[in-house]
Amino acid sequence: MHAKIKKDAFPIKGFREGLLITLGEGDWPKVMNSLLEQIDDRHAFFEGAQVAIDVNERNLGAAEVSKLRSLLADRQVTLFALLSKSAATETVAETLGLSTHKSVLKESAKDLPRALYDGENALLIRKTLRSGTSVKFSGSVIVEGDVNPGAEIFAGGSIYIWGILRGHAHAGVQGLQNAVIVALDLQSNNLRIADTHCQESKIKIKIKKRAEIAFLDGSTFKIMDWDQYKRLE
Amino acid sequence: MAAKIITVTSGKGGVGKTTSTANIAVALAQMGQKVICLDSDIGLRNLDVVMGLENRIVYDLVDIIEGRCRLRQAMIRDKRFEELHLIPAAQTRDKSALSPSDMVKLGEELKEEADWVIIDSPAGIERGFRNAIAPADEVIVVTNPDVSAVRDADRIIGLVEAEQKGPARLLINRLNPGMIQRGDMLDAQDILDLLAIKLIGIVPEDEQVIVSTNTGKPVALEEKSKAGQAFRNIARRLMGDEVPLMDLDFKEDFMYKLSRLFKSGGG
Repeated sequence: MHAKIKKDAFPIKGFREGLLITLGEGDWPKVMNSLLEQIDDRHAFFEGAQVAIDVNERNLGAAEVSKLRSLLADRQVTLFALLSKSAATETVAETLGLSTHKSVLKESAKDLPRALYDGENALLIRKTLRSGTSVKFSGSVIVEGDVNPGAEIFAGGSIYIWGILRGHAHAGVQGLQNAVIVALDLQSNNLRIADTHCQESKIKIKIKKRAEIAFLDGSTFKIMDWDQYKRLE
Repeated sequence: MAAKIITVTSGKGGVGKTTSTANIAVALAQMGQKVICLDSDIGLRNLDVVMGLENRIVYDLVDIIEGRCRLRQAMIRDKRFEELHLIPAAQTRDKSALSPSDMVKLGEELKEEADWVIIDSPAGIERGFRNAIAPADEVIVVTNPDVSAVRDADRIIGLVEAEQKGPARLLINRLNPGMIQRGDMLDAQDILDLLAIKLIGIVPEDEQVIVSTNTGKPVALEEKSKAGQAFRNIARRLMGDEVPLMDLDFKEDFMYKLSRLFKSGGG
């Protein structure tokens, strides 16, 4: 959730050990006030936080660092590290018991990159569907197992069977023409995509034992080897 | 002596539940076990006929549940084995006469009376089936090697799992080796691939079974019958013996395949 961030707010990064706030340029008193304002604006977020502050190339004396620390403490924020490119500032920080090395902050798992692609909703079922089982879902359906004869799946999206499909599969129930049905072993001709049925005979389907995909080519229901289908695009 | 309660069911009718119940019960009794077999097919009772005890019925299952008799009064002792008893179903009532909780209560009473209670379930998936599996510790699903029986078995296995009585074990009944060799019948591996449960045994097609039903003398008593031998093996497997599958005159490599799948199937 990215709430309104003021234009001159200092960037904050999360680590396992705490937050890293990187200060910008300007007079120290002004910068410090901005920082405190930023913290006050989101006091609930900062309450109880462990904070490391990167002051860049500034030279800060013991009094300034000490004051910073107590002003933060007033807001229930604990300063545990002060990072700086200035050796003098580093020395001061160390005297005051603060950590000064960036290595103290390790990458947190929260920093995993966002997914590269935005996907749709899918239902994952991790068992074989026995005869008499009926699955209905508005998105896509994935089954890790077989779909036995007498079992049925109705999906608004596509259907992916990581196993043997012997039952009834209806993809794109709400009219999605480019929904597909994919199976490791397609043995059923009881298939529908949107409004179109499969016309192939059951015997013909059963012979192959390789991954196949059922899809609509215009209004024609087609079944193809997965390998072949990929090469179509 | 708390009994193990086993329900024999199938979904499909006519696949051999009653025959299996009677023969497993007799085979266990032959091994010295104390057995009670119970016919829960209210309205269409058959277990009494298969066991040759139809002339000895005084009280039945519904009489017990409705309090018209005590448990022991309804237990008919078998002609051949002292420690084998039958509780027959009622013929003039129907399946609504009992509820699953009635059966559970009865099961608790029966547990004190024997080593094994084998319950013959009716066909179907409705009340009768639910009554029959309610008290079960274990379920045996009987099927024939044909597509429609296997379809029904799949459904039943799903229901047994849903009732938290799973996993069931499979009994393939009326296997015809000749037809399998000619490719006219499903083989055990095909069936197990679909049903994905452990196998407790395979009983071959045997004309003697029909004769046995008509004479009330279960085939497990016949030394020379292959079906009888299969049932005796199943009883031994229930007792914990690891009995290999019988030689049913198959081609050698097929037999090997079968025994391999059986080992993975347990029993």
